[in-house]
This record gives sequence, C-alpha cells and structure tokens, in this order.
Amino acid sequence: MIVAKRKPLDEIKEMLKPYNKILVLGCGSCVAVCMAGGEKEAGLLSTELQMAFEMDKTLPPSGGTPPGSAKQIDTITILRQCDREYIDEVKDKLVQYDAILSVACGVGVQFTAEVLNGEKVLLPGLNTTFLGATKEPGMWVERCLACGDCILDETGGVCPITMCSKSLMNGPCGGHEKGKCEVDRNRDCGWVLIYERLKKLGKLELIKDIKLPKNYGAVKRPDKIVHEAYQVVGKEEVKK
Amino acid sequence: MEFEPNILAFCCQFCAYSAADLAGSMRLQYPPNVRIIRLLCTGKVDPLHLLKPFQEGWDGVFVAGCLEGECYFLHGNLHAKQWVNYTKKLLKEIGIEPERLEMFNMSAAMGTKFADTVREMTERIKKLGPSPLRGTEELKNRRTEEQVTDK
Ligand code: SF4
Ligand code: SF4
Ligand code: FES
Repeated sequence: MIVAKRKPLDEIKEMLKPYNKILVLGCGSCVAVCMAGGEKEAGLLSTELQMAFEMDKTLPPSGGTPPGSAKQIDTITILRQCDREYIDEVKDKLVQYDAILSVACGVGVQFTAEVLNGEKVLLPGLNTTFLGATKEPGMWVERCLACGDCILDETGGVCPITMCSKSLMNGPCGGHEKGKCEVDRNRDCGWVLIYERLKKLGKLELIKDIKLPKNYGAVKRPDKIVHEAYQVVGKEEVKK
Repeated sequence: MEFEPNILAFCCQFCAYSAADLAGSMRLQYPPNVRIIRLLCTGKVDPLHLLKPFQEGWDGVFVAGCLEGECYFLHGNLHAKQWVNYTKKLLKEIGIEPERLEMFNMSAAMGTKFADTVREMTERIKKLGPSPLRGTEELKNRRTEEQVTDK
C-alpha cells in the first residue's frame, strides 16, 4: 500500500487561510490502513481544524495578524481517490466548497484535481512517503521503490534497491558492520538480510552471481500501463 | 465568582465507574465538577471522543480505566493510554494545554482514589483557568438548555 503521514497542523492551517468553506476529503483505502487519511483521520483533522480556527478567533490578535474568520469545515470520505467512479459520485458536493483538503496520497490529490479540472482548488493534507507494509500495529515499513523490473527472484525476496541504503546491485559493501549499514548504524544492511535469507532458503550460491547494472529506464516516468485486454482503447487514448 | 471547571470523565464500568459508586457509598466528599460517561472498557475511547468535549468548551477531560494488567479485555486500558497521549499532542498542536487531559488507573475497590483523582483534576484545571474554547456559542446554548431542564 501507499504510506503517508499527515502534514503538521500549522502548515495545513496556512494553506487553508484564504478559504472559508473547506472540505476535508478522506480516502478509504491505503491511507486509511496507515491511519493517515481514512474516514477516522479525516474526521479528526476536521475537528482539529475547527478547534484551531476557533482558537484564532478567541485569542487576541497578536503582532498585527487579524483574528481568524469563521470557517466552515466539513468532511467526506470516499473509497478511493484514484478511481474516477468514486470521485464522480461526490462531485456535486465537492464543487460547493471553496477548497478541498485531500488527505489521500499524492495520486489521489492529483487525480481528484484532474477530475475537477480546475473547478476547485485541491490541497494536500498528507506527505506521501513510500510503498510499504504494516510491520506491527501503528508501524509501516518501506519495501519497494517500484523500479519496473523486479529482481526479487535473485535476492531471496529481499529488495536490494529498497533495503540497501545505496541500492547496490552487488553487496554488501565494505561499510557493513555487525549486520548494520554505515549510512545509519541503526539500520540493517540490506545485503546482509539478503545473505541470511538466501542461506535459509539453501540458495546461497545466488549471491555469487554478479548482477549487471540495473536498468533504471524500465519505467518511463510518468509511466502508463494499459491492460492488454484494453489495448484498443489505449491506442485511442494515445491518439487523442 | 471563583472559576468552577467543567470536567468530563470517561470511566470503565468495571473499575473507575464502580469506584465512583463506592466513593458515594463511603460518603467521601469530592468536588462536584465532574460528569461521568460510563464505558464498557476504556479501550473504547477514540481521539475524537477525547477532542470533542474540548471543542464544546469543556475545561478538562480524563479517562479512568482498570489497573494496568487488569483490564477485562486485556489491553483496553493500554490502548486508551496510547490514545490519551496522542490526543495530548493534538491538543498542543491546536494550542490547548495538554494537561487538561489525563489518564488514570484504579480498581473498583479504590473509592478514595477516585475522589482524589477528581480533586487532583479539579485543582489542576482551576490553576490552568477556563478552556480557551469555553463560551463558544454552541456551548452557551447547551448550558442554557441544561439549566432549563434542570429546573
Ligand atoms: S488515492 Fe492513494 S491512498 Fe487513496 S486508494 Fe488511491 S493510491 Fe491509495
Ligand atoms: S526489485 Fe525492488 S524496487 Fe524493483 S519492483 Fe522488485 S521490490 Fe520493487
Ligand atoms: S475493562 Fe476496565 S479498562 Fe478495560
């Protein structure tokens, strides 16, 4: 899933300053799982914002800043902001606001903005951080950099691009010590993890293969994938 | 007139709620500033439950659960502790003193501890003064309604 973290409240408040009617738009998939932008978090953030703006109103204006104006902050959560059908369902509601604070990943923010096509301002409530897994309740870890040419078969299921701080294709480098990485001694050396895993799998000989430099051009960013069954439609889209 | 804080308490029915009951039967005196919401277990509290009372202008909130290791649902009180600590951070971000929120643990036999807790929180909030969000329109309306129904 995509893992993200909420932006600091002050940063969000600053973004929202010019607007009075605001919608916090939650996303019920990835960011709900990583407890950053699901229904609960969207509700919590809108309450926090209501309180923070209310505080600005009650506090005496200090240093020439005028007291905050009354703001209306509502919240809606849709299943996914990266799928048009879910955005379309609430489009009528979205256009009624001055600004929409999306707490989806960067994909969701952009895609909702794309669907609204300049009709409304979309603002990001989260910092999208990585592709990861839930290691334990409340903890998420990065595991893939979406390189477009997976080599996990050669490395015992541990990704060297992600787990090695230097994304080395052949490791470990001379910087590892007691299984830790020289970039950060608290971090495991990715290549030691690969070694240990291959040992457990009885495939240690794989570590001796010299891997050629990785083709980082496998993904032409921004990339596009059209499922083969849909390729005719895909071509039409290209022509447009 | 001296400031009398309004404090909301989320109490687990197996411990703090019974302790409050016991404090009553023991005829212990404690400040009348607390309103109690009974929970099946403090594991039910959510940051939104802890934040909403402040939004409505309450001056303080506390959660009281079973002693650590004695929750009937094993970890409910430990989860509650996590959420209380997290909500304190949210309060700080908003600009409200995090000390207005606290977590306590007690058993059903601790009537005195309940009375002490109420006293401690009341004193603490009195020192901090009224919540910066007190007296918002919504709260004023609610208070008047309450007074009307009380009479
Ligand atoms: S918008 Fe982002 S967070 Fe939401 S479902 Fe799509 S990929 Fe996941
Ligand atoms: S090699 Fe690593 S970065 Fe590339 S697709 Fe596989 S897991 Fe992801
Ligand atoms: S049962 Fe009392 S806190 Fe869980």
